[in-house]
Amino acid sequence: MRIKLLVASVAIALFNFYPAFAVDDKPPVKQQTDNSFNPAMSLILDGRYANFNNNPEAYTLPGFALGGESGLGEEGLSLGHTELAISGNVDDKFYGRVALIIDQHAGHSELGLEEAFIQTLGLGHGLTITAGHFFSAIGYLNEQHEHAWDFGDAPLIYRGLFVHQLRDNGLQVSFVATTNTFLQLGAEAFSGSRFPAGGEQEDIGAWTVFANMGGDIGIENSWLLGLGHWNADDITNRISSGHGHGASPEIPSFAGNSKITAIDIVYKWAPNGNAKDRNFKVQLEYFDRREAGTVTLLESSPLENTDYDGHQKGGYVQTVYQFMPEWRTGFRYDHLESDNDGSDYHILSEARLDNEGHTPKRYSAMIEWLPSEFSRIRLQYNHDESSENADDQTFLQYTHSLGSHGAHQF
Amino acid sequence: MNKKILLSLLLMLLLASPVEAQISVLSCEPEWASLAKSLGGEHLAIYSATTNQQDPHQIQARPSLIAKARQADLLVCTGAELEGGWLPLLLRKSGNPKIQPGQTGHFMAAEQVTLLEKPTVLDRSLGDIHAAGNPHIHLDPVRILQIAKDLTNRLIKIDPANQTNYQQNLKFFTEEWQNAKTQWDKKTEALRGKVIVVYHSDWVYLEQWLGLIRVATLEPKPGIPPTTAYLSRLVSGLQQTPADMILYTRYQEGKAVHWLSQKTGIRAVAVDFSPATDETLLQWFDRLLDQLLGSPAPRKGQF
Repeated sequence: MRIKLLVASVAIALFNFYPAFAVDDKPPVKQQTDNSFNPAMSLILDGRYANFNNNPEAYTLPGFALGGESGLGEEGLSLGHTELAISGNVDDKFYGRVALIIDQHAGHSELGLEEAFIQTLGLGHGLTITAGHFFSAIGYLNEQHEHAWDFGDAPLIYRGLFVHQLRDNGLQVSFVATTNTFLQLGAEAFSGSRFPAGGEQEDIGAWTVFANMGGDIGIENSWLLGLGHWNADDITNRISSGHGHGASPEIPSFAGNSKITAIDIVYKWAPNGNAKDRNFKVQLEYFDRREAGTVTLLESSPLENTDYDGHQKGGYVQTVYQFMPEWRTGFRYDHLESDNDGSDYHILSEARLDNEGHTPKRYSAMIEWLPSEFSRIRLQYNHDESSENADDQTFLQYTHSLGSHGAHQF
Repeated sequence: MNKKILLSLLLMLLLASPVEAQISVLSCEPEWASLAKSLGGEHLAIYSATTNQQDPHQIQARPSLIAKARQADLLVCTGAELEGGWLPLLLRKSGNPKIQPGQTGHFMAAEQVTLLEKPTVLDRSLGDIHAAGNPHIHLDPVRILQIAKDLTNRLIKIDPANQTNYQQNLKFFTEEWQNAKTQWDKKTEALRGKVIVVYHSDWVYLEQWLGLIRVATLEPKPGIPPTTAYLSRLVSGLQQTPADMILYTRYQEGKAVHWLSQKTGIRAVAVDFSPATDETLLQWFDRLLDQLLGSPAPRKGQF
């Protein structure tokens, strides 16, 4: 059989080889460029098996008032985000992109909009304007899609501050300087429709400023440093999850102002700058949030509220090493702190803003097998000390992509 | 205080306006940087996004490249999806309208010539294949000449003031190249009909030019690294029908190649897939052909 195959391939090679003699020195004629499919489409398939020691429904992060769905996800076999993205140049002036996510909850499928934005291509002077629904540029992981992350779950600080990732309806302006060291400056204005802002504002609900710098050191090393600041001055009703009280749950609501300052550092190495076979990455992000206002327990009777002065901070550091083609391994350490104050500690505690004298921590390790650029199988283990009651978590996850070639972002 | 401000303003001005108004060229691969240098000479400031030790499929849109793309007047790349993983992102992040697709500053070599191995079936089970055809065109001296002509026209469009210079450079380059090609053709007579095994299918243009016969690739599918089982099948196949050499680039995994070479006794030849930083295309072709002929004049490395 093998020999037959070989003979066949030799025959094919010979057949192909024959016209080689016919080629004379006339230059080949310019071809009609056959447009590849436009717009580009990609579909991400993602699923996992999860095992937790604790009940994932009882997950808490003391000192942090968690938004809607910032939990551990489902135990056992489940689907992650199935994502359908369509993107392309609209014309010579604009690029456009839409990403839809399909989520499954208790057997029901929900369609969500993850991204829908347009972006300028031809403004000049290094300026780019983005408008629509998009990921904020603050932080490093925030701008990446979660399927491009090196771990199957968000860093604790992302979970604590943003539910998952910070995105909203808005406008972004960014500028790249004409320097050899990469320098990007930008600002964003958001409607404030999503956590951790609270409810859409008539004008600007939240805004950010950000700066990124980066470059190479020799041929083998590259770095990126990012600074960001997020600000929401007039949050009126930001709902978070509180202690359940049977039939009449009291829902914590925050009103006031909130400021987040962020820093991220990324360093990458590859032998000869050739990342194909081996490469190494270390990344670190740190966020600091200060809030002032009031926390009210909705549905409580009589209506309970407290002055609130919050300070939450934390981050993670992680390394990933591709030690041979197709195989990567990584480690991550998360650490959070909080120091929240208020006139009524009972209410703070009801709103999960009491840190219970605990500093949340998490240790994670993962190993990945990437049979091709389009498929990935990942085994991940977390020792999660989010709360006093430590949890051991194991995930086996697949993330596969169909369609257009994914972007190699830094 | 005022002095400081004045000084920093002056410094900014100096940085912003280089003494000689050169055309800033960002090339994706070293071969186009070399070609641009031959054609543009001192009128161009050229930066290559990759070295010949790097696989151009596998580059990331890293900050330094965005900074270079921001400043470029002309982008010279292979195209045909070779840089599909990183170039589109680089272009979007650059905020530079001059080098966007469709603009004068956007030059894709593969769009100037016909491509071989255009697949009839596009299915990822066949590996990471390029829909437009095989993009590794820089190994064909005939296509190089066509691209040189088109690149010269592009340079003239961008910098008409130096038209005569560019035309002279092209004339000189063409003459030199044609003479070299006559010699290369003569020199490589001995290679006609030689049977080769390659790591990745990036030699098709060289195979066609020199009349080499490729019987196998080490990658079972384009972009998929060889497995042990596949390699042992290769060994038994090659024992039946021996090949003359195993050809691979320096940036590709050497381990599997050495293993196969030891098992079968077939000579492994590692070549630089692109010119070195200070090398002309002509010098690099010379070096490459010498290596294939087995009279290596290595610049660096073990072979």
